[in-house]
Amino acid sequence: MAEAHPVGFQWVMEAKLRGAKVFHVDPRFTRTSALADTYLPIRAGTDIALLGGIVHYILDNQLDFREYVLAYTNAATIVSEEFADTEDLDGFFSGYDPGTEAYNQRSWQYAGQEDTTGYRAAHEERDVAAGLRHESHGIPVGGQVQRDETLQHPRCVYQLLRRHFARYTPEMVERTCGIPREKFLELARAWTENSGRERTGVLIYSVGWTQHSVGVQYIRTGAIIQLLLGNMGRPGGGVLALRGHASIQGSTDIPTLFNLLPGYLPMPHCTHHTTFTDWVDAIRHPGQKGFWSGARAFGASLLKAYWGDAATPENDFCYGYLPRMTGDHGTYQTVLNMIDGKVKGYFLLGQNPAVGSAHGKAQRLGMANLDWLVVRDLFMIESATFWQNSPEVETGEIVPEECRTEVFFIPAASHVEKEGTFTQTQRLLQWREKALDPPADARSELWFFFHLGRIIREKLAASDRHRDRPVLDLAWDYPTHGEHAEPSAEAVLKEINGYEVATGRPLSAFTEAKDDGSTVVGCWIYTGVYADGVNQAARRKSRHDQDWVAAEWGWAWPANRRILYNRASADPDGRPWSERKKYVWWDADRAEWTGYDVPDFEKTKPPTYRPPEGASGVQGLAGDDAFIMQGDGKGWLYVPSGLQDGPMPTHYEPAESPIRNPLYGQQANPTRKVYGHPVNSVNPSPPQSHTDVFPYVFTVSRLTEHHTAGGMSRMVSRLAELQPEMFVEVSPELAGELGLDHLGWAHLISGRAAIEARVLVTDRLTPLRLDGRVVHQVWLPYHFGREGIVTGDSVNDLFGITLDPNVLIQESKVGTCDIRPGRRPTGAALLALVDDYRRRAGLTGGRPPIVTTDAPEREG
Amino acid sequence: MIEANSLSGPLDPAPEAGWVDAPPRLGFFTDTSVCIGCKACEVACKEWNGVPDSGFDLLGMSYDNTGALTANSWRHVAFVEQPRPAGHRTAPFAGNPTGEAVSPASAAVAAGTAADTGTTPGMPAGQPAAAARMAGGPEFLGMPGAQPPGRGTGPESRTDFRWLMMSDVCKHCTHAACLDVCPTGSLFRTEFGTVVVQEDICNGCGYCISACPYGVIDQRKGDGRAWKCTLCYDRLGAGQTPACAQACPTESIQFGPVDELRERAAQRVAALHERGVPEARLYGHDPTDGVGGDGAFFLLLDEPEVYGLPPDPVVTTRDLPKMWKRAGLAALAMAAAAVAAFVGGSS
Repeated sequence: MAEAHPVGFQWVMEAKLRGAKVFHVDPRFTRTSALADTYLPIRAGTDIALLGGIVHYILDNQLDFREYVLAYTNAATIVSEEFADTEDLDGFFSGYDPGTEAYNQRSWQYAGQEDTTGYRAAHEERDVAAGLRHESHGIPVGGQVQRDETLQHPRCVYQLLRRHFARYTPEMVERTCGIPREKFLELARAWTENSGRERTGVLIYSVGWTQHSVGVQYIRTGAIIQLLLGNMGRPGGGVLALRGHASIQGSTDIPTLFNLLPGYLPMPHCTHHTTFTDWVDAIRHPGQKGFWSGARAFGASLLKAYWGDAATPENDFCYGYLPRMTGDHGTYQTVLNMIDGKVKGYFLLGQNPAVGSAHGKAQRLGMANLDWLVVRDLFMIESATFWQNSPEVETGEIVPEECRTEVFFIPAASHVEKEGTFTQTQRLLQWREKALDPPADARSELWFFFHLGRIIREKLAASDRHRDRPVLDLAWDYPTHGEHAEPSAEAVLKEINGYEVATGRPLSAFTEAKDDGSTVVGCWIYTGVYADGVNQAARRKSRHDQDWVAAEWGWAWPANRRILYNRASADPDGRPWSERKKYVWWDADRAEWTGYDVPDFEKTKPPTYRPPEGASGVQGLAGDDAFIMQGDGKGWLYVPSGLQDGPMPTHYEPAESPIRNPLYGQQANPTRKVYGHPVNSVNPSPPQSHTDVFPYVFTVSRLTEHHTAGGMSRMVSRLAELQPEMFVEVSPELAGELGLDHLGWAHLISGRAAIEARVLVTDRLTPLRLDGRVVHQVWLPYHFGREGIVTGDSVNDLFGITLDPNVLIQESKVGTCDIRPGRRPTGAALLALVDDYRRRAGLTGGRPPIVTTDAPEREG
Repeated sequence: MIEANSLSGPLDPAPEAGWVDAPPRLGFFTDTSVCIGCKACEVACKEWNGVPDSGFDLLGMSYDNTGALTANSWRHVAFVEQPRPAGHRTAPFAGNPTGEAVSPASAAVAAGTAADTGTTPGMPAGQPAAAARMAGGPEFLGMPGAQPPGRGTGPESRTDFRWLMMSDVCKHCTHAACLDVCPTGSLFRTEFGTVVVQEDICNGCGYCISACPYGVIDQRKGDGRAWKCTLCYDRLGAGQTPACAQACPTESIQFGPVDELRERAAQRVAALHERGVPEARLYGHDPTDGVGGDGAFFLLLDEPEVYGLPPDPVVTTRDLPKMWKRAGLAALAMAAAAVAAFVGGSS
């Protein structure tokens, strides 16, 4: 965190000053480790084993916060008798279909709901990363469940968890993660001792945690621990995701993703969401409890925002105009489609895939096979110059004179040169003013898209073709100002907030959204950010002039609530768990919820409320159903549906690993998304043969001095000089084994590429001992590329493409490689080197084996 | 009267320099125990003061690629990797299959390499043996380089490790030798008690460079003039915080009246001692030291040498009064002898 989020780390330092104990788990000793009380080196890709060990420790020693767990989680809920665990099936849950490499989730359901929670084919859900929809909520399930309040029923969630995590012992953690038993126990003790009525603990992770073939389940394991310890919905608790860029949170709330619309409404699918009602019902699940019952109003108001007057109840608010998904349109599928000539043009904004995405060669070959490419960036980045300056130009795989892609580079304004909001990790929207005009032709994204749309609409104005109607009918009328006709960002914010069509009055809460076309709402979860016509995100009241929750600094979605599910900060009767951790509570005299934050509960629903038989929607939530967006009102220790790879997290090895899975016969995530494209490959892992060809684990991440793919830091001397060269950090032990010298050169080879780097031999890295075997890992920064003041090879070139099945994020934090001293060869000799490794590893292209069989097998 | 000129000992420098109604002396207290090595101070300083780059070389001194305070780097974050325990922390590599520590050897390799910082004397190659000793800690006796890293045959395995980070800066000495020797008056004492080079007056003579006991000040190549931290004199004049302190996310760099900072520093050291960090100590805070105390002083977690700081800095002009006195006596004696010779000759 100190390494990648130094500004946020000041609060960790402040907590430390007040006596907090900081643990840091990382494959390498970083600037965060330097300030932590305890540092635990870990083998990259084994976090579920570590956290599963904590779950085991909690359950084995009965350290869970029992009152909280009983009241607010689904621990007591009974699961279908059809369910079978990984314990029974050697790494598989029940319902696995080797044909589609996906689960039928029927047997995972709560008892009695096997037939009611109808779920579409899981492999189709995987293609559209359906898991992403649940960023703001869980999947609705039936609210009426069977429970055993004694937690003794063999199929209650609590007992299932106990059994599932029984083998995640401290010894297993040591054998899998390389974390010595004593160190692990120190962590487990501190975490559990600092949770409960009087104390809370927080889990902080950054985006690198997600970039694994089991990334979503990493976070699930963290959530299970925090629920068991009563650390959710309470001050000082939670699972905090530090996002990698400013406003990554904002770019999923108002998404730049292919499968989502604003506010986590799903992008319609061509066969499953034929009509507006199909689509809305797929979101709200009629008859189930929870707040999603308003989905029709959110959907209608969003379409009103898109198509204005043209959107009417009679034409289903132009629902027919919305594009439809037909399958996987994710970034990696799209790149492979480019290589295959199926994509004509590409807009690239604010990212540099030639450096920042996995399998750099695939990215560059794809972009070299387009009709046109538009790159908007501050600087001339590698993704704009790959056709003349890239590893493929050196090897002759891309010939500048013959590259067919026409690249349009359009200079972009930086964040200080335009106005708008950032949404940060706490869902806090903060308005920023423009500090200065952008230089020369550089313009804001808002300017670019508004005027691009305007010009396209002008060109199509005379068209009477049906296919042009969606563009011509758009409400495209933002006020502009200044000599460049910059659209008003505040006007956009007002539309996002939502307003009454008739009066223009901004809405104050998403509950005011209507499904009759009388309201416009650009993003329902943001409603309230422009309440009373005031830009609430621009509020800057000092924390010294208000209480510690600081509700008047910026604005947090939803409803300016700073901690989600904060009903859980009070006990089932509505009293604070303790005076020390008092946050939101029931005021019996005034018969309402009150506290420091906006209560995340119906204001006047008493703790004693029990829904009448058959109640649905919000009325179906009981007075102690603290997790109001979940179909059963409970925090989920066990996820009956919505995840591709299992209702409980399970340790699988990374797609590329030198280690045989110590826990199960199944080696890697059996539902991971793979592409059998010829450009892609996966290095062999046990029990496949030839695993000795790539014996070392490499992991990549950031340096404080650079920003992501380097487009904003390698080009700036003030930053570039601070970390001027690509390097690889190796332990003294590995340096000795390989003959690497400090400040010398090494090159690393995978099945995709070979890259070179200067060597830093440092005590900050250590070998790990796993079950008597020593494993070496090396670390590299991923910031370098061919452009800028300082240049170097890109480490992401080493990765192949394997994705998490829930959200289609790539596994780009762990892979295998070989390492040799000295510089890499160039030109044809470089290709020959990689080819030689591929031959020795038996990599012939095609899909890697997904289901592990005992007999050694070869890719093919 | 020479005796009365205060070239050493405690005093308040601004009034001493002739400022009437001077504001309280301002300075920095840099608490290295909370430094996270982000280098925001380096960047903010360069950005505000328009300082050019200091070269794009990988130095291999841990994460330090700045190398030293120079005319082109007025803040410098030092990184020291040490296989030593940090009192209050669990040994980071306890239980891992490690061999001998490499920190001294890597530090030695890095120290033996020169880099062009675009300044003179800039960063010439240093002393590998000394660098190795600093990385190894006081008990380190081995001479690195005998074995390639990791091939040591010793039975010991490294378990302890700590990573020291420290943002260094011009000390703005109470008795500033650079200022004393400046023949043009380019270097001057400000009303805030800080020491500033006036770029339009400096003639590039370089006397200040050899005068500085800390090796802070040097000359920009091509330009020839001396440059160093001004403690953001322009910002102070406008009532603002210096750029580096403003940018520091963890308040490792604290800015304010020196008296207050000294008080705060004493409390911080006491608090750290209480929390089991006995190695915490102050550097440059003492008005009775060889430079009369620094306007920019530090909380360190090891000996000053480990961070590249002189253990006992002395203002290089301290002995000027005595030297003048001796020179004067010598001159008198010579004159007497000459007179005697003439007198003798005529007789």
